[in-house]
Amino acid sequence: MADEEENEISDEQKIEIAKWFLLNSPPGEIQYVAKDVKAILGDDTVYESAASEAFPLYNKAHLISLQFPNRSGDVLITSYSEINANEYLDPRTAQVAKVDHIKQVCKEVRPATDEELPSSYVEEYRCAVEAELSKYVGEAYPKGVCSVFCTRGKDVEEPGSDFELVVVISAARHSPQNFCNGSWRSIWTIEFKDDLQVVEVTGRVQVGAHYFEEGNVQLDAKHECKDSTIIQAADDCAISLTNIIRHHETEYLTSLQASYSNLPDTTFKDLRRKLPVTRTLFPWHNTMQFALTKDITKELGIGK
Amino acid sequence: MDAALGLMRRIPPKHIDTALSALLSLLPHHSADLLSQVDQPLQVLSDIECGREFILCEYNRDADSYRSPWSNKYHPPLEDGPYPSSELRKLEIEANDVFAVYCEQYYEGGISSVYMWEDENEGFVACFLIKKDGSKSGHGRRGYLQEGAWDAIHVVEVGPDENGTAHYCLTSTVMLSLTTNNESSGSFNLSGSIRRQMNMDLAVAEGHLQNMGKMIEELEGKLRNSLDQVYFGKTKEMVCTLRPPAELLQMRFPHHRDV
Repeated sequence: MADEEENEISDEQKIEIAKWFLLNSPPGEIQYVAKDVKAILGDDTVYESAASEAFPLYNKAHLISLQFPNRSGDVLITSYSEINANEYLDPRTAQVAKVDHIKQVCKEVRPATDEELPSSYVEEYRCAVEAELSKYVGEAYPKGVCSVFCTRGKDVEEPGSDFELVVVISAARHSPQNFCNGSWRSIWTIEFKDDLQVVEVTGRVQVGAHYFEEGNVQLDAKHECKDSTIIQAADDCAISLTNIIRHHETEYLTSLQASYSNLPDTTFKDLRRKLPVTRTLFPWHNTMQFALTKDITKELGIGK
Repeated sequence: MDAALGLMRRIPPKHIDTALSALLSLLPHHSADLLSQVDQPLQVLSDIECGREFILCEYNRDADSYRSPWSNKYHPPLEDGPYPSSELRKLEIEANDVFAVYCEQYYEGGISSVYMWEDENEGFVACFLIKKDGSKSGHGRRGYLQEGAWDAIHVVEVGPDENGTAHYCLTSTVMLSLTTNNESSGSFNLSGSIRRQMNMDLAVAEGHLQNMGKMIEELEGKLRNSLDQVYFGKTKEMVCTLRPPAELLQMRFPHHRDV
């Protein structure tokens, strides 16, 4: 098949291929993939234009967290916190991080402007959810980072209008020395619907893991769910919402464990059994019997 | 080449196909190396004359045609494609018959093919292939899998007969992907590829087929077990490190129970 292909592909095609590899990097491995892609391309201009497009997409899709240079905490790189291509809002500290996507570092930090922050009415809810959620994330995820963003109606000043918050939880673990990397990413969209006095909750959880000692095995698990509660005072709302998130994430972890325990005896068995249907090793010493059966069938003419 | 193989260790195994064709177009002058060093998911073709499917690989390919182990004919027909010697073809026929039974017993379905050819140093090489679609729409007896693919490639290099023994070098690769999907637990996919080698000196009197078969059965079983227990187990461990289950948390912070 290689012979039929054009020998030279265009730079645009090379960029597309390089981007594909970068975007398909497992959690925490894009820098290693980038090194290999760069070596294969052997063309820094092509590599750089692929990297400048792929890294921001990867960083946002993987919800990576970067430390502020002044050590005042972490900023999550997400499409919900994106102010422009290189600036991301951290609502907790009301700071904006200037990031270098390819180096995956936060270079500078500046205070957020009033226009970038929600109204005090929305902020009361946002802040209450964040406080409650941080307690939960601190308990449930040894290395979890979370943030709550206002994605709609941030200028709503009082009850009577709708607004939307997004909760992002990101936990990553990189241990290349143990040939293992992984990430847990949850995104919870919380819609405050004033006319119905309800809060609708939609969750998307994605869990990935890669083990690569003398092999390459990857887990890719996704789950979506919905729930709702009623609009209450900010503190009460925060407690109900955190309970909803805790409940669904705990249930999901249990179902992931169940999927793993089902592997040996059910799911994996449909690919290959541990032992033959006869429950004894295959009779290699006695394969003549198969040949004989075949000959007899042939002679008797019953095989036709 | 090192960078290309490095990428193959990181790209999700379910995307091996796409990754390989991407590498082939970036590195056209390395295509022979890539095709021989990167295992790709097996393809199947139908041998209409014999009414059976056979597996395609680099070892039964010549130009754009593939030799069927059932009719010994190239598909599509080829003027002067290479064939094994008549003696080796006899062993190939027997191996295909026996391996089909082996496949049925371990896989409860699936397709198998065996190809053999002479090599330069008076010995021969045999390639045993199995492809199984374990999804509920394929050959999954139990119907648990939305998607389930298992490809096994066993290449045995058999050395010449020296005083009644021969050296057997087996390289086995397994590639698999399984997905379950339901309302309550969402979609759960594990995919992977591993490769191992096994070397043995065995008495030729036992028969090449028996010697090769026992080695394949042993190594294939080991690969299956290490995927199941070690590799899948490591990804599960990772999940539990990211978010420890309640019982683990209580062990770590026992005072929480009293609060």
